[in-house]
Order: sequence, then structure tokens, then C-alpha cells
Amino acid sequence: MSTVETDIQQAVEDAAAHLYVWALKDIPQDLRDALADAAERETSVPGQRVLQTILRNVQVAEDEQNLVCQDTGIAVYYCKVGEHFPLHPARIYQALYDGTVRATLDHPLRSNTVHTLTRENTGPNVGYRVPIVHWDFVPDWDGLDVKCVPKGSGSENMSFLKMCVPADGVKGIKQFVLESIVGAGGKPCPPGIVGVGIGGSADYAMHLAKEAIARPVGSRNEDPLVAQLEEELTGLLNETGIGPMGLGGDITVLHCHVEHADTHMTLNPVAVNYQCWAARRASAHIRADGSTEFDREA
Amino acid sequence: MAEHRLTFPASEDDIRKLRAGDLVTVDGHIIGIRDRSHIRIFDEGLEPPMDFSGAFLLHTAPGVRKLGPGRYEKVCIGTTTSARMVRFTEGLGRDYGVRAIAGKGGLPDEAIEPMRRYGMVYFAIVGGAAALETTQIEEIEEVAWEELMPECLWRFRVKDFGPLWVGIDSYGNSLFHDVQEAATKRLEDIVARL
Repeated sequence: MSTVETDIQQAVEDAAAHLYVWALKDIPQDLRDALADAAERETSVPGQRVLQTILRNVQVAEDEQNLVCQDTGIAVYYCKVGEHFPLHPARIYQALYDGTVRATLDHPLRSNTVHTLTRENTGPNVGYRVPIVHWDFVPDWDGLDVKCVPKGSGSENMSFLKMCVPADGVKGIKQFVLESIVGAGGKPCPPGIVGVGIGGSADYAMHLAKEAIARPVGSRNEDPLVAQLEEELTGLLNETGIGPMGLGGDITVLHCHVEHADTHMTLNPVAVNYQCWAARRASAHIRADGSTEFDREA
Repeated sequence: MAEHRLTFPASEDDIRKLRAGDLVTVDGHIIGIRDRSHIRIFDEGLEPPMDFSGAFLLHTAPGVRKLGPGRYEKVCIGTTTSARMVRFTEGLGRDYGVRAIAGKGGLPDEAIEPMRRYGMVYFAIVGGAAALETTQIEEIEEVAWEELMPECLWRFRVKDFGPLWVGIDSYGNSLFHDVQEAATKRLEDIVARL
């Protein structure tokens, strides 16, 4: 943790620049613990070797001050803005954009962003509507929380949506999650975090699935019914035998996180967003005076 | 499960010794390739300006620092998902004599037959373990098609590169096919008791 004091837009830009690189290099303790726990439980020979290699890689990244994974991802930020925070979200967006550019050029980081039709690179991990920023607004508060989640493409490509019907019930939800993860096989770098979004609408279900992967690893939904579904799905997914990197084994996922929203009586949407084992995230808590506390575990 | 150490470029004899599930460590030279460089070769018809015979192709788009014209040093080099590039397998074996394709997550079953016919293997690496992989790459010796950055063709000199699993061998066996088949069967049982 460290403290930075400067003017407020600069403070947000500095936070973004720091968070992007920090998230890529230093994975959270909850994730390290989950990976070490997986290595203890895995019984297959290749699965065991994969997990030992992953743990060694996390250590090498730390020793060499290098990135855990070369895929610097697409820059995603989650912002919680207090109603009295003294910088408008339009300016916060600009600060996140500028911070992403600075991190990419200074490190340097690989630039991944391309025009979606021409496939031409659009700049230092920024472009039209990139970085992607999600907003939450908090009454009676003057702070800003920023969580940076650089999202790798190997896992993002393993995203799935199904508009189940009400008659499919909870069974339909479970079945779709299981089929998605078996179909994904080794492609999204298992064992990772399976984010599931249920309810809401088609777009909101996927938004919730993405929010689910950004939670602390192994955290449980506050709603006991949803938490029970998380436990059950985690167990069932680990019965599939896909295993670490899809080479077969006991540990296919570290955890399944579920986020939900109430929905229309005729809707039963279920979205799956996968997060690879290198589930990078890092947060900053920025106060109204611009002082910043960095937080790896939020 | 046998363990092997191989130097690339390699011969067909070297490749025919490997069986699905074996563990391999590699030295010598390997070539980095990705979506756009494949598309340029096979869809746009340009000849690759590197020798692919006996080659080990790695699915990668490295993070690098530019030192001067055509000269780069490594920052972070890791491996991308192979399945996106499966349709190029046959051409790489038939037209260019490639011996090994390496990446993460496996190649779908359509790679099995060309690998059997042309004496090729698929190596599965631990995806995401780029910090470690970077230490196994000694030098970036050559870069071609720089305008596709970072999806250029890269020639790396490597030492102790691995661990790599033979995911598909040259006899028609695929570890990924077997895992997927078993998982599909388990899935049926799981769904039946939901």
C-alpha cells in the first residue's frame, strides 16, 4: 500500500497507470492460495505438473519483476463513484484512458487493441470505447474505488449466453454452465474462475457474469440460495475431468462465482464468462483529496 | 509416459518417436507465429521469409522492447490459444515441412489426420506461464513482417523450453480428444442426476 497526493484527475490517471501494470505482475493472495490448494488436491500426473509449473511461474514473475502472462488483455475498469467525489465521470474516464496509455508505453506492455473490422492496431491498449469502464454510483460518499481487470482473450473467447426458458428451471442453468465448460476444454487456461450471470436481460446477464469473475476468489454471494448454487456448480464442474490446461485431472475450476438479478417472468437468461487461472485484478481507493490506497485483495 | 529432450529443427524420425502424453523439453530454434501471420501465408499467398522445414512453430505474439531496426529484446513472451489456427495445420505440414506446432489448450480433431500423414506433433504448453517461458527464451534472433507487430514471424533461440506435453502424436492419437470424450460422457451422467 502507498499514498499519493496530487490533483484529482492526475491522481486517478496515476492510479490507473499503476493498477494496470501491478495487476499484470502481482496476482492477489486469494488466487495464490486457491492455486496452491488446487496443487495439493490434484491427483493426475499431468495436472499436478501443470499446477507446479503455474506456481513456479508466479514466483518467477515476482523474482524477475515480470508479467505473470504475456496477454496484457483488454483494459477493463470497475468504478464505484461517490456522489460527492470531486471529479465528474467524464473526467474519470479520460484519466483511466490516459493512465492505460502511459502504463502501456512506459513499461512497455504489448498493445492488443485493434479496430474490430480492419484489425489494425488502434494504439497503446486504447481505442474506440476502450478501455471498457463499468460504473456504479454510491450516495452519501466522496470517494472513488477503481478496480482494474486486464482480461485475457483466451478466457474471454470462452463466453457463452443462453436464453433458457422458465420451464428449464435451475436445472437448465446448471446444465448450460457445465456444457459450456466442457466445451471450452483447455482453451481458457483452466483451472480458473467460472463467472455466471443469471437473470436480468441478455446483456445484463453477461455483465453480471463478468462482474462475478472480478470478485475475490472463492468469495460467496450474499444470497444463500445463490451461494448454494456456487458451491454446487464448483463441485459438479470438478467432476468433468477436464483438468488443468485441459490435460485431464481433478481440478477443472478453482471456483464458480454467480451474480444474479431479478428478471422478467418469461426470461431465464444464463451467461458464462470464464477467467483464466491468471485471474488478474488490482484496486485503488481514491479519496476526495486525491490520496490513494492501493489494494490487491478487493 | 516417456520423457524426451529434442533439438529443433528436427527430423521426421525424431517426431515419430513421440507418443501422446509424453513430456518433452526443447532446445535450439523455434519460430513464433500467430493468426495474422498464418492468414498472410495461406489466405494472401505470401511466402514466409523464414525456413519452416523441420520447424517448431509456437503460437505467440510476444511483448518486446525495440532496440533498433529489426532488433528486439524480450519483455514477456507467452503462448496463445491454438484452436483458432487449426485450419492451417495441413498446409504447414504438406507445403512447408513443419514438424511441431506448440500452443495452449489443444488443437481440435481436424489436426489429427494431417499430423499422422506428414509426421507432425502438437505440443501443449502451460498457458499463462509466460514469466517462466520468457526465461527459457535466450534471444530473439530474427523478426520478419514487422508491420504485423506483434503478430510477426519471430525466430527465438531457446534452452530447456518446456514442460511440453505431446497433445497429438503422429500416429493418430490425441490427448485432447480423449479428455473431451471422457468429459462428455461424465457430463451425461452429471446432467442425468441434476
